[in-house]
Amino acid sequence: MRPIRWLRKNLVVIAGVLALAYLILPNVVVLVFSFNKPKGRFNYTWDHFSTDAWQHPCGVADMCGSLTLSLKIAVYATIGATILGTLTAFALARYRFRGRAATNMLIFLPMAMPEVVMGASLGTLFLNMRIQFGFWTILIAHIMFCLSFVVTAVKARVMSMDPRLEQAAQDLYATPLQTFLRITLPLAAPGIAAGALLSFALSFDDYIITSFNAGNTVTFPMFVWGSAQRGTPVQVNVIGTAMFAIAVVLVLAGQLAGSRRKAKA
Amino acid sequence: MTTPSTTSEATGDAVRLTGISKTYGSFTAVHPLDLTVPAGSFFALLGASGCGKTTTLRMIAGLEDPSGGSVRLGGRDVTALPPYKRPVNTVFQNYALFPHLDIYENVAFGLRRRGIKSVKQQVGEMLDLVQLGPLARRRPHQLSGGQQQRVAVARALINKPQVLLLDEPLGALDLKLRRQMQLELKRIQTEVGITFIHVTHDQEEAMTMADTVAVMNAGRVEQMGAPADLYENPASTFVANFLGTSNLIEAEVTGVLGGTLHLVSAGQKLTLPAARSRADVTAGDRVLAGVRPEKITLAHRDDEDAIPAGRNRVQGRIVDSSFIGVSTQYLVDSPVGAELEVFVPNVERDARLVPGAPVILHWNPEHTFGLDAAQDIDAGTESDDEPAPGGGGAPAAAGAASAVPAGGAGGAAA
Ligand SMILES: Nc1ncnc2c1ncn2[C@@H]1O[C@H](COP(=O)(O)OP(=O)(O)OP(=O)(O)O)[C@@H](O)[C@H]1O
Ligand SMILES: [Mg+2]
Repeated sequence: MRPIRWLRKNLVVIAGVLALAYLILPNVVVLVFSFNKPKGRFNYTWDHFSTDAWQHPCGVADMCGSLTLSLKIAVYATIGATILGTLTAFALARYRFRGRAATNMLIFLPMAMPEVVMGASLGTLFLNMRIQFGFWTILIAHIMFCLSFVVTAVKARVMSMDPRLEQAAQDLYATPLQTFLRITLPLAAPGIAAGALLSFALSFDDYIITSFNAGNTVTFPMFVWGSAQRGTPVQVNVIGTAMFAIAVVLVLAGQLAGSRRKAKA
Repeated sequence: MTTPSTTSEATGDAVRLTGISKTYGSFTAVHPLDLTVPAGSFFALLGASGCGKTTTLRMIAGLEDPSGGSVRLGGRDVTALPPYKRPVNTVFQNYALFPHLDIYENVAFGLRRRGIKSVKQQVGEMLDLVQLGPLARRRPHQLSGGQQQRVAVARALINKPQVLLLDEPLGALDLKLRRQMQLELKRIQTEVGITFIHVTHDQEEAMTMADTVAVMNAGRVEQMGAPADLYENPASTFVANFLGTSNLIEAEVTGVLGGTLHLVSAGQKLTLPAARSRADVTAGDRVLAGVRPEKITLAHRDDEDAIPAGRNRVQGRIVDSSFIGVSTQYLVDSPVGAELEVFVPNVERDARLVPGAPVILHWNPEHTFGLDAAQDIDAGTESDDEPAPGGGGAPAAAGAASAVPAGGAGGAAA
């Protein structure tokens, strides 16, 4: 009787721990193997502990170059998609215009369409327009597929905003520009931030679409994939672990700031 | 005539609406409407839900473009000005506090937008006025409904507008807090001396707070005046029923003698001072004779001989009585109408006045008012349906000898 009752009481906790383990385990493996010193070229079996890779993260040819490129593209794509997407979302949520329904539907297309199809057709388009593959084609492709996510996130937020708040601001002597900067933008900020974060993550690790539009340029995901054929350097695990750690720290900082703001009152 | 008309109109009026109207497609929310609000007054706009109160207020604030007519503030035509250029502030129906700013910043918002740098003292004083000083650093969602309401008032009032517009700011509060806030708003208005336009559908609230009340019905102003004046001399059945309760008796004019109308209804003779009749009638016309429930005295039929001469009398039978503390509320069926309402103060209770008892209702003829019989006798009663779009005071061929007491709760304030 006893163990059954214990199980019933703690079932939710157990399920939670298992789910968390399922999510965390791959990251733990990446972390552990970043301290490995493999015998051969493949970092798949544990040999012995070493901090070599952490001390020389850029010790592999071309890896840090591709990492820098990927970060650069992710930042630019995020900025571009966030600005364009926010404007689009406001237009769709606030104004009635010809073609609004069509835009509303088409904006979902990049999310719904298989990436392979989109990457391939975009590549064909660039080829036919005789545009040199490289940084700019990658950036254009990334902005395009990030756009739908930003629009979706911001539009949901804007639609749920009370229009009377902006009217109240105007009633309190705020010009349309001041109203936008002081009321509309701060209220829409969580949606915009969510869209931007999503854009960054999607852009940084996109492989499929990028590979169709990159030409000779090598982004970080492409570098990892390419090197995996010949043997993965331990440094890849170092970068992976670092990215994971940065993401966790960012999320924690965000939550801390949120609870601090609440506690301040 | 050297003064331009704009300045000659300026004196004394805070707000002047001329023929202002609003239509949404084919629906008329506000019919062309004239309204003048004296400076420094507490003005109440009273009407049932959906009659166009908010729309009227929004046109004054500039948040809604009128379909026609003009808005003047202190003599200046502001019809074409955007809201942020009008010296008017609004307390919104749902408060519309900025959720991302704390109370202090909410209140300071208007001052900052006008480029005032040192707001600390003013905001502090305003928060003290509405007794919210200690909560300055809270967010709106951390306040109770009543506190939020006070923030909304403070946020608007701090700008010292020419006119403060209040759109049912007390609607969401419970009765006790409502009473408290009514007193508070009245106190603040007296203290700062700003013109208040207060929208409400609560007739008691309008009467207790305002100097002047305008009663709106289906997009029109039915009547405007001091609360006591509206209550004593309603101009239409809507006002008679919406503001307190009225017994309306349909009667025929038998003659006019020395400033007195002689009436007959179902064989019972009544008199009515001609000066108190809104309808211009002569012998043979029909008229609605109205009397407020608290003006009527109730006597058992056995005591008929003790009733002084010269009073209006109506025979009847008690159908219901309810004891409500300070008074007892009787419903009396009579040949002149069903369910006449009578409020009898509980001074010395007559044990014979129970349901089924035959009674005489009698009152001073001076307390009778006359209304045009070509109106819906039920207009403005609680049982009355939502006012028909665009319609108001629809003529109704109410059956002879019908009298309908109805309306809001005991409006014994007279
Ligand atoms: N944007 C709109 N489009 C169409 N009709 C509208 C619009 N806004 C208001 N109305 C109509 O205009 C009428 C008056 O509305 P308003 O908001 O002024 O009523 P109100 O008197 O303030 O009512 P309440 O006491 O319920 O707040 C209502 O019948 C409403 O349905
Ligand atoms: Mg309203």
